[in-house]
Amino acid sequence: MSTQINTIQALNWALDDAMADDENVVLFGEEIADAEGGGIMKVSAGLSTKYGTRVRSTPISEMAFTGAAVGAAIVGIRPVVEIMLMNFVAVCMDQITNHAAKLRFMSGGQTHVPLVIRTMTGSGFQTGGQHADFLESWFCHTPGIKVVMPSNPADAYGLLRASINDEDPVIFVEHLASYWNPGPSPERGKAIPLGKAAVVKPGKDVTLIGYSRSMLDIPVVAAKLAKEGIDCEIIDLRTVSPLDTDTILTSVKKTGRAVVVHEAVRSFGVGAEVSARIHESLFRELKAPVQRVASQDSPVPFAKQLETAFLYSHDDIEQAVRSTLR
Amino acid sequence: MTDTLKQPDTRTLLEIYRKMVRIRLNDERFISLMKAGKMVMPYYSARGQEAIPAAISVQLTDEDYLVTIYRGIHDMIAKGVPPKLIWAELAGRSTGACKGKGGPMHITHPKSGCMVTTGIVGAGMPIACGLALAAQLRGERRVAVTNFGDGASNIGAFHESLNLAAVWKLPVIFVCQNNRYAEHTAFAKGTSVERVADRAKSYNIPGVTIDGNDPLAVYRAAGEAIERARSGGGATLIEALTFRFNGHLIGDAGEYIPKAEYDSALAADPYPKFRQWLIDGRHGTQAAIEAMEAEVKSDVDAAVAFAFASPLTDPCEIKRDVYAHVTA
Repeated sequence: MSTQINTIQALNWALDDAMADDENVVLFGEEIADAEGGGIMKVSAGLSTKYGTRVRSTPISEMAFTGAAVGAAIVGIRPVVEIMLMNFVAVCMDQITNHAAKLRFMSGGQTHVPLVIRTMTGSGFQTGGQHADFLESWFCHTPGIKVVMPSNPADAYGLLRASINDEDPVIFVEHLASYWNPGPSPERGKAIPLGKAAVVKPGKDVTLIGYSRSMLDIPVVAAKLAKEGIDCEIIDLRTVSPLDTDTILTSVKKTGRAVVVHEAVRSFGVGAEVSARIHESLFRELKAPVQRVASQDSPVPFAKQLETAFLYSHDDIEQAVRSTLR
Repeated sequence: MTDTLKQPDTRTLLEIYRKMVRIRLNDERFISLMKAGKMVMPYYSARGQEAIPAAISVQLTDEDYLVTIYRGIHDMIAKGVPPKLIWAELAGRSTGACKGKGGPMHITHPKSGCMVTTGIVGAGMPIACGLALAAQLRGERRVAVTNFGDGASNIGAFHESLNLAAVWKLPVIFVCQNNRYAEHTAFAKGTSVERVADRAKSYNIPGVTIDGNDPLAVYRAAGEAIERARSGGGATLIEALTFRFNGHLIGDAGEYIPKAEYDSALAADPYPKFRQWLIDGRHGTQAAIEAMEAEVKSDVDAAVAFAFASPLTDPCEIKRDVYAHVTA
């Protein structure tokens, strides 16, 4: 029997436990202190009351406070920055990609930036083109940064603890629609290693690879296909970069088929990288080309019917799986 | 030269001059080796701006943080980064400050407090705020000094940083080395205010414009700002008026600078002026000053020799320092 909690609670526990364990952990972000509401999703609720000035509500100045987090991290503070929505990273990309990602290398290893940037995104709420993008590829394409994208409360806890402990900068992407979904409670104090995918369900016919939002959809489709005797293996990447190529290849070597699913738009996305790595290593063992299921190559639209058309559907996943079996 | 209260003692004045000599002689050698084809790099000479970091740095310790920019080797040398590590860095050697992986725009040397050098205009200011915040959170007396040019006062990072520093009362000193040109664009063409320091008012922090070619004026303004920061009084914006004699980048012929302006700037060159002032004021004899200059010159010779005698950085270094651990 396990208690069920949601991802908001899990993240709150992770921050609370990390702050209790290490006084260098400091939170920055817009309206994250209790006086301002404890964060837009209330992930940091109660923490400023408990930890005082270590929880810092900032002005709406992503460039300044993300840059300040970079500076503080260099001298041993372990900042956890909340960027309210993932699209807002665009206003502080310079600090993330030119500085946080590169200072270790450019300094010849004399400095490094143990910084976590938590952010959140996801379509389905009719927020339109600037509040719902999945932009993880930008960061995956930037050497020096790690990209972590949990899909359930227990992983959210364990991966956030590991991200805060990590010596490299981490972009930690939370998924808006699943914040409230209950899941098994994490073991408090236990970090989940970064760079390790999870085989969520073993199977022999086809490997379904996802992360974040797509881990809500993949199991639904897999359950449907199981009724026809199609046995899917499901992998949750959890850490998107660095990519756990070993786990992916081990699985696809067995099944000979793979489908990658993500909410980010299709072209030049994580699915392309995963697909390329599989083809490079297992070309002769594949029974079908690797398939990608992703959102349409357009900005996220506003109107409900357009937004629905933008995101992949369960049917898209199902058809992709079937195409590998033909 | 401004003669006022709070004049530094002779020892300090000579230390300021020694830093200026060190900056100048290294700068001249970089340029001569580049012209001889012995070094290839984007080099942004700060010849003409020596007095600013020299007079600030004598009031800082290695514990104090420096964040500077691509035109920043003068700031680094003044702060105490050993020139031989800079030379080896620029020559791409394994003994370089950053093992040849950073280059002139990214020299880092935490031992002397040189924490970050950025090639992105304005980007150092938010980072300096964070260094200052770390000191504040830990109850330390360190301050963070961040240098930038007049062009950087028009980028968002400047405005966000001044606001954040004011709101959080951070021990940071913003030093605008106003050399009158943002790359090739004259100050007035790209800046809405007459003085960069006027912008401090918008953020409710003290702002002061000084003659950046006058080491005593710099010393005094920096001293007040450092004292304010150390004692919990928060940030200061210093605008130090100066000029750079070698253009934006070595190779820039400077056609956009009117000749009369260039000539009058050259007449205000801080280096010979301060040298003469020291001799006239009997802070050092001509012979003593020359001996100091000769000593610095032989240090430069030794730094160059050290660099070129060092092994080139091995190409396998490209895989190191990307992450804490080498990834597949």
